[in-house]
Amino acid sequence: MQRYLVRRLISLVLSLVVASLVIFAVIEIVPGDPASYMLGLNASPETVAALRDRLGLNEPVPLRYLHWLVGMLQGDFGQSYTYKVPVAELVAQRLTVSLPLALLALLLATAIAFPAGLIAAARRGRAADSAVMGATQIGVALPNFWFAMLLVLAFALHWRLFPAGGFPGWSEPLAGIRALTLPAIALALPQAAILARVLRSALVETLGQDYIRTARAKGLTRGQALVGHALRNAMIPVLTILGMQFSFLLAGAIIIENVFYLPGLGRLIFQAITQRDLIVVESVVMILVFAVILVTFLVDLAYGAIDPRLRKRA
Amino acid sequence: MSLLAVSDLALTIHGVPILRDVDLAIAPGEIFGLVGESGSGKSMTALAFMGLLPHGSLATGEALFDGEDLLCLPERRLTRLRGNDIAMIFQEPMTALNPMKTIGDQVAETLRVHRAATRAEARAVARDRLDRVGLPEDRFPLTLYPHELSGGQRQRVAIAMAIALRPKLLIADEPTTALDVTTQAQILDLLRGLARDEDMALLLITHDLAVVADMARHVAVMKDGRVVEAGATEPLFRARREDYTRRLIVASEHVPARRSAPPGADLLTVSGAVREYLLPRPSALAPHPRLRAVDGVSFTLRAGESLGLVGESGCGKSTLTRAILGLDPLQGGRIRLGEEEVTAGRKMAPALRARMQVVFQDPYGSFNPRHRVERLVAEPFHLTGRPRDARDRVAAALDEVGLKPADMAKYIHEFSGGQRQRIAIARALIIRPDLIVLDEAVSALDVRVRAQVLDLLARLQQSHGLAYLFISHDLSVVRSVTDRVMVMRAGRIVEEGATEAVFTAPQEAYTKALIAAAPRIPDAWKEPADATRP
Repeated sequence: MQRYLVRRLISLVLSLVVASLVIFAVIEIVPGDPASYMLGLNASPETVAALRDRLGLNEPVPLRYLHWLVGMLQGDFGQSYTYKVPVAELVAQRLTVSLPLALLALLLATAIAFPAGLIAAARRGRAADSAVMGATQIGVALPNFWFAMLLVLAFALHWRLFPAGGFPGWSEPLAGIRALTLPAIALALPQAAILARVLRSALVETLGQDYIRTARAKGLTRGQALVGHALRNAMIPVLTILGMQFSFLLAGAIIIENVFYLPGLGRLIFQAITQRDLIVVESVVMILVFAVILVTFLVDLAYGAIDPRLRKRA
Repeated sequence: MSLLAVSDLALTIHGVPILRDVDLAIAPGEIFGLVGESGSGKSMTALAFMGLLPHGSLATGEALFDGEDLLCLPERRLTRLRGNDIAMIFQEPMTALNPMKTIGDQVAETLRVHRAATRAEARAVARDRLDRVGLPEDRFPLTLYPHELSGGQRQRVAIAMAIALRPKLLIADEPTTALDVTTQAQILDLLRGLARDEDMALLLITHDLAVVADMARHVAVMKDGRVVEAGATEPLFRARREDYTRRLIVASEHVPARRSAPPGADLLTVSGAVREYLLPRPSALAPHPRLRAVDGVSFTLRAGESLGLVGESGCGKSTLTRAILGLDPLQGGRIRLGEEEVTAGRKMAPALRARMQVVFQDPYGSFNPRHRVERLVAEPFHLTGRPRDARDRVAAALDEVGLKPADMAKYIHEFSGGQRQRIAIARALIIRPDLIVLDEAVSALDVRVRAQVLDLLARLQQSHGLAYLFISHDLSVVRSVTDRVMVMRAGRIVEEGATEAVFTAPQEAYTKALIAAAPRIPDAWKEPADATRP
């Protein structure tokens, strides 16, 4: 297990280095000078040059990359050109919305997908299976922002159970959770549908394995064999999907954030890109890459915890 | 009083008749053999008793177990019986255990699911049962996972799981078919001992008549979903009253008519062949440990000769075969075909490759299912260039192996296992090689089909002057079709000689053990004169 861990860690660090190089290079290529953008159209070339100097944009490229990298390692992501505050502070603020939202959505998705997938697999080929599969088909097909608007119409405007948008902060935790409930549901449903389908097909495949027959011959009921033997063997593809979904939810919630006026990470990047706030874009993308790689690492660890054969082989 | 009395058992699956008129009676504590070819309904019969039939099955008739009709019991009652009073083990030990759970948990689960013991007690019983099946604690702690065990050891775990609650009946469905002869002998011995010591009836399902002859007191022969003959084992084997039974027994002992070829020129010369694999490093800086799969093998195969290579799984036969075929490079020694050097990869001339062909074991996996037979059989022409009369040659090759030229328009799934193996032989023949490597080529076939394919191979050898390298774990087949035989163990040839000499007077202890382990129908049973009619 130790070697497995070390190998995963090495690959994690290497992925991060490669990702930072790619991100930095892409930002270099993107047209648009942040200095002239910040100063507006009427700024004199001298002022722009002075600002470029102050922002460090005149340094050689490798040096800037190194500064950026070392800064990040020390927790210094630079100053936002437009907001004039440290990027770290900005991101931290936005994460207090995006992270709970992603977690809540993932929790909801899992809570819906597992029973649905288990029922469909247990009753495969019958009415319950068709019903679940039909529902997931719809869940995958519906655009989630449209569904979000329906949620707002029903639960915010008609029944007034949840706020229609905005985020009050975490000073009152209950109000915060209430504000995130509808967006989380809107985000969770398509993910739940995908997860349920993956879980069902993985379970159906494992149910055909010899060891399920062995388990039944020992006297396990269908349900006991399903939960006791098939579920764990079906978890590898499910975990893969879960990891990908978490990464997507963290930054990909931009449309939903817009529908509900949530100050999340997605909106931050979007604004930073339109305003050429390249230092913010660079840093946020890097943080997202780090999050994705970290999640992949955790998923890898979970594989090892689930499947003894992986622990051994690595 | 029978423990299990089956009468008029019939089964349909989605309306298709699978079984009919199956009658069996198994006494408490006896070993009962159920034999038949693949598709005869042996396994379905057993699954019907277990209530584990596939979806869409309808079983009628009666199967009285201890006075209860298994076919009428509700599922709830059946789950109590399964694992408790009736247990079952299956053919494929490599996949029969859950790879994610320890062997201790899996054995203990039998007790836990029947609420027969507390967690601690269940583990104690699991320990005891694993000891009983020959997996002692010092080498096989409860915390092992299935992938850390060999096939034979996994089958022992499956048996421990099945006997955890001391069932009255154990159904063993081809329990040793996937195992080597020596492992098979050990497992059969274990099952025999368990039946005796625990007063447990054993329903032994197998295609292997010799196994039944060796083990069972009573036997039933199945064909096409029916029991064609049943009775006490010895009289049944001696009398051979039913035509089908007789044909099965004859086929299982079949020796194809063949003349030993006069020794020709040296065709295949292997000298000092070494094949090594790198194993994963034990730590980051240590060198890769090496596994010598083939360790200095030397032999010569002459033109027109039939040479056998026997050994257990993992002995290096397949690795050696791959090197001979020029698929993997050697790390030492050399292989020559005629005067030319066999090398792996692109360096090897197609003309040299064309001089040897191979037929593999699995008639289902060794063909591309999306190609027609014509294309499949014509495939080796890429080594020689496609001749103008390729189509006619394919037709001729199919004709030679006993198929119709019209079959070339069909797809592979339209053929039975035996027919597929004939097509594989046609594919090997089409470019007129000097040597055909037969890698377990008849191991997956039923006895009667196997006899036919062996006859075909013998005939082709005579007519084309072919040399065969016949690789098999089945000693009786090797004995019946080869001139010389080599016994391989742990990468080395431990004994080599004329086939009859090696089989009648083996010199090496290992060869002796192999021959002794192979089950045989007693010679005395082959004289039908003193058959005792039941």
